[in-house]
Amino acid sequence: MIISIASGKGGTGKTTVATNLAQVLGSRVELLDCDVEEPNAHLFLQPTMTRSELVTTPIPLIDETKCNFCQKCSDFCEFNALAVVGKQVLVFAELCHSCGGCMLVCPEGAISETGRELGMLNVGNAGEIKFINGRLRVGEAMSPPLIKRVRAAADPDRITLIDAPPGTSCPVIAAMHETDFVLLVTEPTPFGLHDLKLAVEAVKLLGIPAGLVVNRADIGDKAVFQYAEDEDLPLLLTIPFDRRIAEAYSRGKMMVDELPEWRQQFIELFEKIEQIVKENKEASCVN
Amino acid sequence: MRELVIISGKGGTGKTSLAAAFASLAVNSVLCDADVDAADLHLLMQPEVRQRHDFMGGRLAWINPDLCTGCDTCRTLCRFDAISERLVVDPVRCEGCGVCVHFCPAGAIEFPVQRCGEWYISDTRFGTMVHARLGIAEENSGKLVSLIRKEARQLAEERGHDLILTDGPPGIGCPVIAAIGGATALIIIAEPTVSGVHDMERVLDLAVHFNIPGMVCINKFDLNPEMTEAIENIAKKRNVTVLGKIPFDPVFTHAMVAGKTLLEYGDETPTHTVVREIWNKIITSPSMHSFGIVDLKATIQ
Repeated sequence: MIISIASGKGGTGKTTVATNLAQVLGSRVELLDCDVEEPNAHLFLQPTMTRSELVTTPIPLIDETKCNFCQKCSDFCEFNALAVVGKQVLVFAELCHSCGGCMLVCPEGAISETGRELGMLNVGNAGEIKFINGRLRVGEAMSPPLIKRVRAAADPDRITLIDAPPGTSCPVIAAMHETDFVLLVTEPTPFGLHDLKLAVEAVKLLGIPAGLVVNRADIGDKAVFQYAEDEDLPLLLTIPFDRRIAEAYSRGKMMVDELPEWRQQFIELFEKIEQIVKENKEASCVN
Repeated sequence: MRELVIISGKGGTGKTSLAAAFASLAVNSVLCDADVDAADLHLLMQPEVRQRHDFMGGRLAWINPDLCTGCDTCRTLCRFDAISERLVVDPVRCEGCGVCVHFCPAGAIEFPVQRCGEWYISDTRFGTMVHARLGIAEENSGKLVSLIRKEARQLAEERGHDLILTDGPPGIGCPVIAAIGGATALIIIAEPTVSGVHDMERVLDLAVHFNIPGMVCINKFDLNPEMTEAIENIAKKRNVTVLGKIPFDPVFTHAMVAGKTLLEYGDETPTHTVVREIWNKIITSPSMHSFGIVDLKATIQ
């Protein structure tokens, strides 16, 4: 089972929910930190990394001894990653999407591929929890290919928790696509609600069942709760604003460790998700 | 022309609330919301849209089943696993590269340009605002950010404004890179948590990469005084001015619920005062007084 934890708005508590869920599930679970631009889950779970690998994406390499500057490659490229200027081919590596089209259209066989560094993929363990994260290279624009690599490293025998990046564009989709459940985390404020609505639209587009965690549930107003009810979005957990939780978070501590009364709540959160996923699977089998 | 871009790395540190507060203090500025995939500034600005434009982004492949011969060439060549065994394009996976279109022997694949969102020029009580909405699950957020920043700049020039105030997206990837290139200075909103410190360092590295000066503002500083000190030490080491420290104060949430900026909401409190002082420090900083020429002495180390 793959559960992604997403939010629309940043800073609502995705990482808090993901790491605390992982902590209560222990050896049954693996956590994939797919917020590769700003990965934070390792700060809480403190994993020991056993493997780190450099992740690259293919980009064209031009052999100018074979190139006749016909411009077929630059004409083909949808991303303006190639330009032919006089007797020179310029490759704008950072714009390349690695489709390989230029190499296929080159009539002279003058294009091969080299790599552009996307970032690092790290695999390790936090106690019995398996831990994987990606760290985008600073200056690299494209996170989805690295997110896909993090997901490809998952162990299908474990429950997979994915800590997704904020927003609703391609990096979030890469983190939520083909998961069994999306756990949306928000706060009951106008910003939280607005971005939750966008996230719900994304989840609907992907056709994935979802549920809601409302964090700092007593700040702001009641509109988020009303929205969840109107949308039939099940409210699975509310976490009140508690200065002790905020302070523990600021020190990199998990609430289930600092405030053990929360352990049961996170276990129940998981059981509710499991139930929804099961019902959903049964429903889709019947159909 | 000077452009101030507000970023944070980590989401939810208070970028938009502070951008809105600064907008209420800025004189003669144009506002730009560059967080195009979860834009929130408009919730406080209540803009009246004057112009609405389509944002045409990339292309998407579509296989015409009437012309398809089922040869499988497209599926073999697609590097994004975007074509199913039944030869249907998954629009979520399709990257819009055109490989399948070009190599389809039957010419069965269409490749229309997609409308990926909208962008707007609006009036607000604090002046003109340029903002956008990227469609759900769309790509090209960087392209849309670049577009609205260009429009904001053009508008500011035409209308004689000398400052652009840009609310940036979280992270360090594509839309952030598009939001900060060529900025006069960055205002980085940091919070004193382990995540906040970690993420601030990543945006500082990004600012170094693009050679942009920056200043830091610590929000919710009293949540963890030790982490606040850590931020101050990092800032000192990296040639970043700390503009001020804002306490953790529910007044930001109350103002947001009321649809107002902090400085329009409630009686003057120490939080209001510190935000005013921070704005004064920003506009009188050497980085902001060089006619928009990047202050190389202030670039982040």
